[in-house]
Amino acid sequence: MQSLLTARIWRGGSDGAFVTYEVPRQDSQTVLDVVTWVQRALDPTLAYRYACRVGMCGSCAMTVNGRARWTCRTHVERVAPHGILDIAPLANLPVIKDLTTDMADFFDKWTKAEGRFQGAATRRQDFARVAPDSRQRRAVDAAIECIGCGVCYASCDVVNWRPDFLGPAALNRAWTLVNDVRDIALRQRLRAVAGDAGCHSCHTQGSCTERCPKNLAPTSAIAGLKRVTAQAAMRRKL
Amino acid sequence: MKPPSPPWRSRNHPAYWAFVVHRLSGIALALFLPVHFWALGKALAGAGALQAFLTVTEAPLFRFGEWGLVVLLAAHLGGGLRLLLIEFGPWSGLRKDWIAIAAAGAVAAGLAFALALVR
Ligand code: SF4
Ligand code: SF4
Ligand code: FES
Repeated sequence: MQSLLTARIWRGGSDGAFVTYEVPRQDSQTVLDVVTWVQRALDPTLAYRYACRVGMCGSCAMTVNGRARWTCRTHVERVAPHGILDIAPLANLPVIKDLTTDMADFFDKWTKAEGRFQGAATRRQDFARVAPDSRQRRAVDAAIECIGCGVCYASCDVVNWRPDFLGPAALNRAWTLVNDVRDIALRQRLRAVAGDAGCHSCHTQGSCTERCPKNLAPTSAIAGLKRVTAQAAMRRKL
Repeated sequence: MKPPSPPWRSRNHPAYWAFVVHRLSGIALALFLPVHFWALGKALAGAGALQAFLTVTEAPLFRFGEWGLVVLLAAHLGGGLRLLLIEFGPWSGLRKDWIAIAAAGAVAAGLAFALALVR
């Protein structure tokens, strides 16, 4: 007999509730597989997001048994050894319906943190040469693989305490650009991240670093921003 | 409506506990500070007044409180050094090794003080 899995899935908006579904257990089953099976076999009105299924797009993050995770690469076996799965939308974001959240705030904050590259070179110029082992290039390498999944943002208390806090992902992005030697908007960016809602609000709780599925360390990136903005302020260059 | 806050389970990791200890010890020490100054201020009213107060602090309960203060101070100091090193030093990551060192330092200070008390 095939074993069953109990999946309690959040249905409705922020005032919704968990609904229980029995889902056939399968080898190498991911949490996303479970949600997809419920939608295809039991209730086509279940709303959720995903695209790549291989951990690249960052659209499938949900709260699984009390922790934010990317569901396409989270195996049921690892997070639900007793066959019970609670699946809810990400925290710290308004719920639209079921497992989908409104991520507008999350991405708007990337813009507020000046998360856009601004260069001075034109296409007629040669490639910029950046030594792979330079300090700055290595700082970029350590932080660049963010897929924008929002797991860090949903795990951060400070985001919850002060809703204008830019959050770990946007600040991590700003840090990669602060270390990009081709970028020309340094001062503007430092100003954007030095304010009350910026890097200095972070309490180094480390939930972002602990939960990031890409094993990035936004806490370190934020510490870097704290250093650089403090130095700039002392040199009166902020 | 305010979005839901992160579930409690997502906070269960060493760096978060370090934050909790740092915050609670900080608040406790801040609350103690006025009492400390009030006691020292007794000296203004003459050596007798201070001495009378110091005799009260010989009581076991005060001794226990003192011990608690030493532990809180050590924990806050150790945790604070870790934060300063993370934020202003060339280190990266959550430095859980330093959390362990700070915790060990607080325990050692607590034991040393307790030893000094019973002797
Ligand atoms: S380290 Fe800072 S940004 Fe990351 S979860 Fe903690 S408070 Fe939030
Ligand atoms: S830093 Fe990590 S957890 Fe945060 S959005 Fe990027 S990939 Fe996701
Ligand atoms: S579906 Fe793309 S990261 Fe999970």
